[in-house]
Amino acid sequence: MTTLLDSYAAVTSRDVVRHLQQLAEPLRGKTVVHVNSTRVGGGVAEILDKLVPLSRELGIDSRWEVITGDSEFYQCTKSMHNAIQGNRITISDALLNHFLEVNEQNANQLRSILEAADFVFIHDPQPVALLKYCSSRKGKWIWRCHIDASHPYRGVWRFIDRFVRGYDASIFSLPQFVQMLPHPAYIIPPSIDPLSDKNIDLTQDELDSVRARFGINPDAPMIAQISRFDRFKDPIGVVEAYQLAKKFIPALQLVLAGGGASDDPEGEAVLSEVRYAAGDDPNIKILLLPPDAHRTINALQRLADIVLQKSTKEGFGLTVTEALWKGKPVIGGDTGGIRLQVINFHTGFLVNTPEGAALRIRYLFKQTQKIQEMGLKGKEFVRENFLLTRQLREHLTLMVALQHSATDRIELSG
Amino acid sequence: MNEMNNQAKAKSPRFVLKDCALIAIATHKRADTLKELRDHIENLSADSLYYHFWANLLLPHFEEREYINDFAGWVRHSLADTKLAEQLAVLDPTTVNDLEELRYRLLECIDDRLDESEYLRWSHATQRFEFIRSQIVVFDTQTAVSHPREMAELIPRMSASSIFYHFIDSRRRTQDKIDDFRHWLAFFGDAYQPLINQLTGIDPYFSTLVELRQQVATDFQKFFAEDVR
Repeated sequence: MTTLLDSYAAVTSRDVVRHLQQLAEPLRGKTVVHVNSTRVGGGVAEILDKLVPLSRELGIDSRWEVITGDSEFYQCTKSMHNAIQGNRITISDALLNHFLEVNEQNANQLRSILEAADFVFIHDPQPVALLKYCSSRKGKWIWRCHIDASHPYRGVWRFIDRFVRGYDASIFSLPQFVQMLPHPAYIIPPSIDPLSDKNIDLTQDELDSVRARFGINPDAPMIAQISRFDRFKDPIGVVEAYQLAKKFIPALQLVLAGGGASDDPEGEAVLSEVRYAAGDDPNIKILLLPPDAHRTINALQRLADIVLQKSTKEGFGLTVTEALWKGKPVIGGDTGGIRLQVINFHTGFLVNTPEGAALRIRYLFKQTQKIQEMGLKGKEFVRENFLLTRQLREHLTLMVALQHSATDRIELSG
Repeated sequence: MNEMNNQAKAKSPRFVLKDCALIAIATHKRADTLKELRDHIENLSADSLYYHFWANLLLPHFEEREYINDFAGWVRHSLADTKLAEQLAVLDPTTVNDLEELRYRLLECIDDRLDESEYLRWSHATQRFEFIRSQIVVFDTQTAVSHPREMAELIPRMSASSIFYHFIDSRRRTQDKIDDFRHWLAFFGDAYQPLINQLTGIDPYFSTLVELRQQVATDFQKFFAEDVR
């Protein structure tokens, strides 16, 4: 029977899996619990969906628990999420008290599991207060912050901070995202799952079918940005870059695809502006995709010659990782985690303006062999650095390190 | 001195194959100017210095490094000072006695440049320098070889991180600041001197760990192929 580890060995290498097995040896039989707030949807759930069973195959007693809450609770945690990222949002005492009540109710349900676990990973702010209600905990507790917490709105951060301080360690995606805390702040960039619907290889038939569904011309060059209709993703800048480049590449096509914006008034406004900027150009396709359109997104990234992520503010930028994994050069905004992935003239280009993006689009369509060269480099770069197996390796390293000491060098015997 | 070296000094100098994994930790130290960089370096922990010269090879990074340490890269790309970048880039941890001497050399270069250039005293970097430290976990692979010929077969199967441990990290651990392979081969007398000379010629700075593994493996395999002839 093929195991999950075998499947990952086929994509990465047998060495990578052997390394994981050896590193996991001192953790064999340890209990690890991950807690987040949703079983489906969102990057955290996507990663845990594979990280947990992979850890189990390595002999670690790993499990994934999901807290439950009502709409008031999620209203509060959405505000917290935005406040951690710097938005000046005030949350009423009543909502904060409700947040604590929901955490306490969940702690009552999960207490025996959490207090007995050797390691507990609490993902994002929703379950952060569980620690307060697990006073007999025996293991190490780690807070995994998936967002940029470097400049939080202090009024809200003060509330969250008093729980986070009690943890043994925290994890951030980039050093730039770290908040000052009295425990080690580990840096673990996120990763993509090469076997998920969003990243798995697709057949030519499936690609052709997606191309036909959206009326994309197979004989004309195509650029794409697959991202939420959010001002920070600068979709208007992408349209401007396309319009500038089109003067030199008349057949150029642009696909702008993103999630639905029905529950997001700001998103709807941005979408209207994008539609206005695109005018009646038939070569611009603006696609609103449902949240589970993973294979369609996968196909659109593969159909593009060049992928753009012209963000003016960005977290890690996993859409960049996904595009590089599909062998596409990326023209990305010079910000956040895009800087870690897009290396000028190697995996793509960093740009600051629509003019800069247009220049690089023209360059790549003139030097078409570069599209292929950069694509190959980008794919290998992701294979080495940004696949799920690397993230698992760093989780294992962190657990071994926490288990032993805080010294910089830990020599395991035998 | 590592276990391999201790064992190598015994009657049967077996090479114990180890592997390692590394994880980065934020230090909360950041620099926006050269002066801030300098002041942080003065008080930086040894493991953080080590990280910015060597350990980052094991963490996500792009294969083709223009500069071989993070300080030189930052000075070039974020402060646009090519002269200082070049001076910092030649600093080699293997040519100094310890990390304290390395720190001294770094500070010397930066202080000289700050004295030379008024502009650099206040020039603001385009990207902030984030000081990182790391923890390294070293573990036994349950593999050992007794003869260099066996090593030639083993190297292609070593993980990239094992190559890091034996070829790069060793330079911090061993007294003579060389890789574990040469250190081990020296226990066999002059028999392997040509191979030691070949390995000495490998510049570890500009290769990926996978390329390094290939170079070391090729040197071992060529040596034994010629030995057979």
